[in-house]
Amino acid sequence: MRYMVIVKASEDSEKGVMPTEQELAEMGAYNEELVKAGVMLAGEGLHPSSKGARVRFDENGRTTVVDGPFAETKELIAGFWILQVSSREEVLEWVRKAPFRGGEVEVRQVFESDDFGDALTPELREQEDRLRATVEAQHG
Amino acid sequence: MTADVGRVVDAVWRMESARLVGALTRVVGDVGLAEELAQDALVAALEQWPVTGVPDRPGAWLTAAARNRAIDGFRRAERLRARTAEIGRDLASRQLEEPDRAAALDEPVDDDVLRLVLIACHPVLSREARVALTLRLVGGLRTDEIARAFLVPESTVAQRVVRAKRALGAAKVPFEVPAGADLTARLASVLEVLYLVFNEGYSATAGSDWTRPDLCAEALRLGRVLAAATPGESEVHGLVALMELQASRLRARVAASGEPVLLDEQDRSRWDRVLVGRGLAALQRAELAARAAGAALGPYAVQAAIAACHARARTAAETDWPQIAALYEVLGELMPSPVVELNRAVAVSRAYGPAAGLEIVDALADVPALRGYHLLPAARGDLLARLGRGAEARAEFARAAGLTRNERERAVLRARAAPAGPDGDRPA
Repeated sequence: MRYMVIVKASEDSEKGVMPTEQELAEMGAYNEELVKAGVMLAGEGLHPSSKGARVRFDENGRTTVVDGPFAETKELIAGFWILQVSSREEVLEWVRKAPFRGGEVEVRQVFESDDFGDALTPELREQEDRLRATVEAQHG
Repeated sequence: MTADVGRVVDAVWRMESARLVGALTRVVGDVGLAEELAQDALVAALEQWPVTGVPDRPGAWLTAAARNRAIDGFRRAERLRARTAEIGRDLASRQLEEPDRAAALDEPVDDDVLRLVLIACHPVLSREARVALTLRLVGGLRTDEIARAFLVPESTVAQRVVRAKRALGAAKVPFEVPAGADLTARLASVLEVLYLVFNEGYSATAGSDWTRPDLCAEALRLGRVLAAATPGESEVHGLVALMELQASRLRARVAASGEPVLLDEQDRSRWDRVLVGRGLAALQRAELAARAAGAALGPYAVQAAIAACHARARTAAETDWPQIAALYEVLGELMPSPVVELNRAVAVSRAYGPAAGLEIVDALADVPALRGYHLLPAARGDLLARLGRGAEARAEFARAAGLTRNERERAVLRARAAPAGPDGDRPA
């Protein structure tokens, strides 16, 4: 299963204050650990909302663009990871290892409505098994 | 609450066990003993965490628990040695060394997990033993999970693991990373195991908890772990690229009705873009690593390059068939096989027309390995039909229908074999 780990914005991240050298080093080590464990699919940090915008839709579908920054700092997002794990407990244990002091991180499961596991049939499995047997026969 | 802690212990074990067993093997020198010590620590966690709560640093807790057991073990061995009266030993000074030896557990050594993979996939072991040991030691899966995933009795897997550990001990396999070409040779065995596990999952059945689709995910994860540990090995990146790209199509390759969907007909919007991107990036790393080593791409990277041609095509019509045909030719040289040649024939026909493909297929007609392989007459029938040779095409489809063991496939082939079927004579 796949989770999005959402890092909430802070006053500093919204002001565009860059992390200290130590913070960068700690985050680098953490990311490296995620990569070495094979669980990190993606991860990015985001610019402050002052560089962003929102597009509002009215009931007729007409749009209005609202430029950032946005006031409600704690509701904003400063970055995210996409992690591939085997359980909710596992993603939480990974997040608990993150080198944050203060702030909040939100964990959300990525919706995979069409989990391939339910759709594959015994016939297909049989077909694949035979194919593999054939290929293996070629290699002795 | 207790049940939840049990799930947390499972998760921590999955995250930490490879590193822990690797470090313990480095210290105690025997992978079987190392796993026992780690398992003891796991049991201690299962007993204590429901009472004390989950510690802040659960990985460090497990390491400390395993270290204490290792020290107990050293002392016991020491007392035994003292009792059997080895002469001239200074027991006091040796006991001072024990905590030092155990302290080595706390220093993470980058290669521990790589060494563990290499030992789990050592050539002295059978293929089944390598698969079981890799999933158990490196994947952190329980024996019953492995058994369920491979649809074999738990006792079978348990036996394979026990025998494998015994075989490694008997062969005195060192816990090390060989250098240069030796490493590449040992990695080939690891890659074979990972791709086997992946394919086992790729042909998945439905199920509840730890089922075969999860094997795909686990093989991919272990591939990524391996690639991070051996960044200079082109074929490791090649296999990761191949698995990422194949996995990206998992949810598009089966229709809601359960029927397999061919590549041409797949809804490409259902391909997993995250995995496509990762696959293409891994292929690029494979190419860079090969170039840096002054070597050509290996078979996994070439297969990934073929998968990448499909991944890059926004529609089936945009597929770069000349490139795919050329890559199959390269693959055929690296890994000669009539099945690869049959695939090349299909690619050539898509790139240069059915007549060019038919020439290759006809050359395969008498290959013994393909006798009874229904896809050969099916492919030949398809090419003949496209050339407007309807009667010959129908005969091939009838032959293919007689060879396949799949009911659905047989129905499709019979329909094409019928005189009034979809492949009546038509211009090319």
